[in-house]
Amino acid sequence: MTVLQIAALVAVMAVVTFLTRALPFLLFGRGGEHPKVVLYLGRFLPPAVIAMLIVYCYRSTSFGAPSGWAPGLIAGLAVVELHVWKKNNMLSIVGGTILYMVLVQAVF
Amino acid sequence: MNRKSLAAAFPHTVPVLMGYLSIGIVFGWMLSAAGFHPVWSAVMSVTIYAGSGQYLGVQLLAIAAPLADAAFLTLILNFRHLVYGLSMLEKFQGMGWRKLYMIFSLTDETYALLAGVQVPEGVNEKDFYFSIALLDHLYWIAGSIIGAVAGALITINTEGIDFAMTALFLVIAVEQWQSSERHAPVFLGAAGTLACLLIFGPDNGRFLIPALAILVTGLLLMRPRLEGPIPLPKGGAAQ
Repeated sequence: MTVLQIAALVAVMAVVTFLTRALPFLLFGRGGEHPKVVLYLGRFLPPAVIAMLIVYCYRSTSFGAPSGWAPGLIAGLAVVELHVWKKNNMLSIVGGTILYMVLVQAVF
Repeated sequence: MNRKSLAAAFPHTVPVLMGYLSIGIVFGWMLSAAGFHPVWSAVMSVTIYAGSGQYLGVQLLAIAAPLADAAFLTLILNFRHLVYGLSMLEKFQGMGWRKLYMIFSLTDETYALLAGVQVPEGVNEKDFYFSIALLDHLYWIAGSIIGAVAGALITINTEGIDFAMTALFLVIAVEQWQSSERHAPVFLGAAGTLACLLIFGPDNGRFLIPALAILVTGLLLMRPRLEGPIPLPKGGAAQ
């Protein structure tokens, strides 16, 4: 990628991120009632979207050789277990990632 | 903002300091491992400032994703911010130009701090909020620069480091699961996306577009049930 292409991608992400944060202030900043359907989606869409993104992360899983699915499954379960157990973001993310790296590099 | 409000805000931000340094280091390291100069880590952390957004950004950069795809994915990933903004409307009122920065810097962690924190006596409320937001942002920038430089200098085999994004989403999912009584949206999200993945294939993540349509439609159809009273668990009456 050229510097310009990288800068364009970063700029798009920056602008869209800012817009999603600014949207409620633009739409509802004047006070008054918030549309109930927006509040409803605001409450229940995020968990659905995170589930969607987890599926997205696992989109390249293949069910042939164990190397296609086992590292992701094992490390994923480890992250969930660690997080239920210790509730420490840093530990769960770094621990799970290191486990995954060891699995793909040295085990499978 | 002054020294007093920064000093008052600092102790409240220590948990975010630990979290942002480590998550930021992993981000910077991933970006360097993907072959991008450390300057880009700094640029992204200054201008985008979103944990999961930037993790996703590493992947988007690595595959040189089309701008429209990047915009769409960033948009749906950040949808939860809509809720944050709604509950900060009043807090940010009367902050002048700093309101723009408060909106820009409203990450999950800063939101959590602002939503829960008590303003200490003798400290200006708005200065205090601004100090929290600024400190958190600085931690994030520092973490990503440290990680990016380390990733550029230390050459170890980094294959698999991109799993950090999966891990981050799993952590968010666990926390959402534990803080909610209603799990139907999670199953809807997983099943709907899986169906679209099988139908449309994994290329470029385009299957997320029909998946999102299914999620929104499904949630709207489920609204009477989800907004109704929470059913007692089985055997709940006996407990």
